[in-house]
Amino acid sequence: MKFIHIFLIVATILNFNFLKADEIKTENKIAKNLRCLICQGQSVYDSDSEFAISLKLVIKNKIQEGLNEEQIYSFLKMKYGEWILYDPVFNRNTYFLWLLPILIFLAGGAIIIKKFYNKK
Amino acid sequence: MKSKFIPLILILIFLITFVIFFKGLKNSSIYTPDTNLKKEVPSFELKSFENDSIVISEKIFNDNDYYFINIWASWCIPCKEEHEFLMKLKKDDRIELIGFNYKDNLKNASSFLKDLGNPYDIIVSDKDGTASIEWGAYGVPESFLVYQNKIIKRFIGPINNKDLLEIQKIIR
Repeated sequence: MKFIHIFLIVATILNFNFLKADEIKTENKIAKNLRCLICQGQSVYDSDSEFAISLKLVIKNKIQEGLNEEQIYSFLKMKYGEWILYDPVFNRNTYFLWLLPILIFLAGGAIIIKKFYNKK
Repeated sequence: MKSKFIPLILILIFLITFVIFFKGLKNSSIYTPDTNLKKEVPSFELKSFENDSIVISEKIFNDNDYYFINIWASWCIPCKEEHEFLMKLKKDDRIELIGFNYKDNLKNASSFLKDLGNPYDIIVSDKDGTASIEWGAYGVPESFLVYQNKIIKRFIGPINNKDLLEIQKIIR
């Protein structure tokens, strides 16, 4: 009986650790995807400015409140604008940015295929 | 036909790339946030600066008054610079000043206000800076002009005489 008791306690503690580790993982992932607005060129994760320290704390609190990654991004986008996100959102201003590599890839492929068939 | 076509395309691609980069060269690489925004005031529950009571945002803001939220700290040098303008703004009874004491030590902040005067009607302490993030603030000093539960103007950095005149013009 006592053994089961101890086992249960240990299992619970270990489980909490897993949860905590997951939280820290997402926390860091989000912080790495955010641009520090005070020290531009650094991510919030890398920065030690007062702004970044507070922002990391806010991310931690939001995760504990039960918000998921997307919700946290949209919250910060609302407060600071799209510029805070490293990943540019797909919209009118960024069509060119997102589609150009695909277009170049397709054009290159077309040239290669054409050459290949011409040789034949 | 084919030999004429390819150089033409190459030149065209080169020209387009050149124009894009040339235009990009003139863009400012320093991010300047939007200062004219109509955003809802975020709600907050913070500890009062003077005592341990809790200040709730819904109880502070009336619809028909102007509020000036100022984020400050005793360790921030530009805050000293803008203090005289806050004292001038205090004289205007159409506006209420609310101070956010940012990541500060109570003793230093108190002596800061004692030396330079206290322009604030209400001061709340934002010990870890998270409340300022909710306001979309970058650091200290930063100020927000609030009317009808909306942020109508924001001032990043210390306010000066020009900002003071602008505020007085808005609240007239």
